[in-house]
Amino acid sequence: MALNESLRKEFIAILGEDSVFTNDADLLSYAYDSAVLEPKTPKIVLAPSNEEELGKTVRLAYENDLPITVRGSGTNLSGATIPEKGDSAVILTSKLNRILEINENDLYAVVEPGVINARLFDAAMEKGLFYPPDPGSNQVSTLGGNVALNAGGLRGLKYGVTKDYLMGLEFFDYQGQLVKTGSRTIKCVTGYNLAGLMLASEGTLGVFSKLILKLLPPPAASQAMMAIYKDVNTASQTVAAIIAAKILPSTLEFLDQKCIKTVEASSKIGLPTDAGAILLIEVDGNYGPGVQEDAEKVRAICQKCGATGIKMAKDEAEKNSLWEARRNTLPSLARLRPTTVLEDATVPRSRVPEMVEAIERMATKYNLEVGTFGHAGDGNLHPTILCDKRDRQEFSRVEAMIDEIFDVAIKLQGTLSGEHGIGIAKVKYMEKETNKATIDFSKRLKKAIDPKYLFNSQKIFP
Amino acid sequence: MTSVRLNAEAGVATKDKLSLKDLRRLLSELEDMMIRCMRCGFCQQVCPVYGATFKEADVTRGKIALLQDLAEKLTDDADAVGDRLNRCLLCTSCESVCPSGVGIMDIFIKARAIVAGYQGLGVIKKLIFRFLLPHPDLFNQLMMLSSIFQYPFLRKENETVESFSLPLMGPILGERHIPKLPVESFSMRHGFIDEEPKESGIKVAFFPGCVPDKIFLNISEATIKVLRHHGVGIFMPEGLVCCGIPLLSSGDRKGFLRLLAKNLATLQGGDFDYLLTSCATCASTLGELWPRFKTEFTGGDLSFLESLEEKTVDITSFLVNVLKIPLNQEVKKQETKRVTYHDPCHLRRSKGIYKEPREILKSLLDYQFCEMPEADRCCGNGGSFNLFHYDISKDIAQRKRDNIVSVDPEVVTTSCPACLLQIMDVLSQNGDNIQARHVVELYAESLDK
Repeated sequence: MALNESLRKEFIAILGEDSVFTNDADLLSYAYDSAVLEPKTPKIVLAPSNEEELGKTVRLAYENDLPITVRGSGTNLSGATIPEKGDSAVILTSKLNRILEINENDLYAVVEPGVINARLFDAAMEKGLFYPPDPGSNQVSTLGGNVALNAGGLRGLKYGVTKDYLMGLEFFDYQGQLVKTGSRTIKCVTGYNLAGLMLASEGTLGVFSKLILKLLPPPAASQAMMAIYKDVNTASQTVAAIIAAKILPSTLEFLDQKCIKTVEASSKIGLPTDAGAILLIEVDGNYGPGVQEDAEKVRAICQKCGATGIKMAKDEAEKNSLWEARRNTLPSLARLRPTTVLEDATVPRSRVPEMVEAIERMATKYNLEVGTFGHAGDGNLHPTILCDKRDRQEFSRVEAMIDEIFDVAIKLQGTLSGEHGIGIAKVKYMEKETNKATIDFSKRLKKAIDPKYLFNSQKIFP
Repeated sequence: MTSVRLNAEAGVATKDKLSLKDLRRLLSELEDMMIRCMRCGFCQQVCPVYGATFKEADVTRGKIALLQDLAEKLTDDADAVGDRLNRCLLCTSCESVCPSGVGIMDIFIKARAIVAGYQGLGVIKKLIFRFLLPHPDLFNQLMMLSSIFQYPFLRKENETVESFSLPLMGPILGERHIPKLPVESFSMRHGFIDEEPKESGIKVAFFPGCVPDKIFLNISEATIKVLRHHGVGIFMPEGLVCCGIPLLSSGDRKGFLRLLAKNLATLQGGDFDYLLTSCATCASTLGELWPRFKTEFTGGDLSFLESLEEKTVDITSFLVNVLKIPLNQEVKKQETKRVTYHDPCHLRRSKGIYKEPREILKSLLDYQFCEMPEADRCCGNGGSFNLFHYDISKDIAQRKRDNIVSVDPEVVTTSCPACLLQIMDVLSQNGDNIQARHVVELYAESLDK
C-alpha cells in the first residue's frame, strides 16, 4: 500500500497532528543534508517523541512499504540522510533527545538517539566525566547519527572514534520489535555483536532507540603547541617520529599552505604565510609533570625534524588562540567560493605526504582551488574543494578530481571514507576498495534483516 | 488563538500585489547570497525558534532552502514559504556562528519584502504601519484612550514584577501579562526639549523609542535624569516616529522609508554630537539599518544619514565609553541585592556591546552582579514575532526564565524594552518574585545615594 490519506491518519493517531508533516514546505526542508548532492523530497515526515511511538511508527511505515530514512540533525556529508525515492518517509529523532542516565560508578551513559553530541559531552563533564568522540559537527550532530556513521573527530589518534565508546544499543527491527544488544558492562559476549553490526550501518538495518556509551575520567592536564614547517614532508616526518617515540598526542592536526594563507587572510592571527604546513599538537594525561615531559619531548622532535618555529601555549587563553587557526580553517575556506566540497579519504599515517602531494598535483591538473587540512595523526585528511556547483564545467572537473582522490587513496592502501560515511556519494567506489564478494555478502545480510529493502536502501549497498 | 486570528486578517488581499513570476524573479536575485549556505546546519545550535520546535523549516538552513525552492519552482506555495520565513526572531544568532558567512539578515529582510509584495501587507499591518506609526499625535492619543479604558478592567498578576492581565482584551492580548499603560507618553509629558550642555560639553539627541516613550516611561525618565546629572545637553524634538523595525521585518519597505524620512527631517532640526537611545533595538536600527538605505537619499539628507552611523549610541555604551563614568571599586554595602543581566540580541550581536552594561551593574554599591547561563540567548520576543507566534515565543522565554531563576537574583536587568516586556511576562506567568528593569534605571537610582 502506498501513502494515502488513511495511512496519514494512522500516523496521526500514533504521533498526533503536530508530529506528522505532509505540507510541501515542510517536506522540502527535509530533502537535503550537508552533502553537495541533489535533494529528494520525502512524502511524509514523522517526529516520534518516545520509544513507544518510534516502534509503532517504524512498524506502520514498514508494513505499508514506505522507504524509511532516519534523520537526526541532517549534517551528513555523504547524503546518508537524504530521503529515499518514491513514497518515502523520514523519521526524525529530534524529539528523542533525553539523556536517560549518566552512571558515575560504572562509567557509562544511556541516551536516546536524538541527543546532541556536545550536550552529552557537557552533561558528562558536569559529573567529572568525559565523552571523547568530537566530530566537527559536535555542536549540532546527534549521537544516533554519530553511531550510524561511526563518527570520528579530532581526538581519534589517542581516544579512538565512536565505535570505541559504543557498549550496547537497542533498535527496532522491520517488524517494529525491540532488539537489545551489548550491555552496561565492559565485558559482554552474549550472542552476536549486533551493536558492532549496527555501527556505521547508516540506517540501512534498523532504527536506534537507545544507546549505551562508554565514558572516561577526563585528563587532568594538557599542553598544546603549534609547529611550523617549510613543507608537508617535514611535518609528516614529525608525525611519524612522535609516534615512534611512543607518545600519543590527543590531537595532531595538519593545515596545508592554502589553509594557512586563507585563515591568515581572513582572521589575521599571525600565521606565517610562507609556511608550507602547520601541525597543531596537544598532549594530555592525568599527571601534570608527566604531560609536560611528553610535551617537551614532542617539542624536541618537532625541532629535530626541521620545524622552523614552535609555539607552546602558556595558558588556557593561548591554547585557545592556537586552536583558533584550526577552528577558522573550514569557515575561511568556505567563504572563498559558493560551494564547498569536503572529502575525507584516509590513508595510513606514513603515506600522508604522498596523499597531500597527489592532492596538490590534482588541484593543478583539474585547475581547482583546494585546501587540505585534517587529522594527520590518523591519516584522515579533508581535501576541501572550493567551487561553484552552478558552473557545470567546473563541477564536472570537481567530480573527476574526487574520483581520482579515491583511486589514489586506495592505491596508498587507504580507505574511501574515514568518518563521513558512504551514503549515496561514495556508493560507486565501494567495489574498488572491497570486492564483489564483499558487496554480495553485505547485500544478502541486508536482505535477511530488511526483507523489503526499505531501510535507507539507496545508501551503501543499493 | 490570537496568532491565528491575526494571521488570517493579515492575509487579506490588496490590489498592488506581485505575481508569482515576479516573486520568483526577485528571489532569484538573492541567489548569489543564498548559494553561500553550504547546509552544514550549524545554525541549529543557536536558533531559539529551532530550539523550541526542532523543525528544519524553522532554522535558517531550512528557510534558505525553501526560498531557493520557491525561486527554482520546486514549490508554488509562496504563502507556506512566507509563513515559515516569518517564524524567525531576526535575532542574528545564526549569523554569528555561520561558517560560510552567509548574509542571513540581508537575505531575510529582502525576502520578507518580496514575499510581502506578493502576499500584500494585510489590513491590520497597513493600518498600523501606514497610518498610526507615522502620526505621533494620533498614536499618543490612542495610547491615552487605551490607558484610560484599561484601568477598570486590569487584573493585577504579580506584585514584584508589577504586571497585569486584561481578560477583556483576550482576543488581542491572549494570556499575556503586561505592564500598566501610563496615561500620557513621555514625549507628551515633556514636549520639546532643547538643553545646552554643561560640564560634559556634549550634547545628545534623545530618541526614546516607542516602548520607552509609551509604556516604560521610567526608562526614559531615568535616561534624562542621568544625562542631566552628568551635564549632558539634550535635544528631543517633537514629531519623532517609530524607528521602523516592525515595518522592515514585515517586509514593508515603503512604509519604512516614510518613517525614516520623517525622522531624518525631525532630527536635522538640532545640532548634536550623539544620537542616543535606551532601546537596544532602536540603537541597532538607527546605527545599522538606517544607513543601509543611503541610496534612497541625496544631498543634505544623505550626509546627515551617513553621520548617524557613527553618532548612534546606546545609553550604556555612552556612559562607559563616552562619559567614562567612574566605575568605582568602593566596598559594596553590606546588604546588597543580587542582579543579573540579559543580553539583548540587538546590542550584543548587532553592536558588540555586552561589557558596558555589566561594568555599570558591577559598579553599583547596592547590587551584587551574578552572570546567568546563556545570557546572550534570545528571549524570544522579536517584536511582532511575539504577536504572531506567541506559543513559540513563550517556549523560548521559558528557557530564559529558567536561566534567570537558576542564579536566584532579586532583579534581572537588560538594555532593551522589548526584552523587558517578554521577561516581565514570563516571570509573572511563573509567579516569580523577581523584578525586571533596565540597567539605566538602576544607575539613575544610584545617583541619589
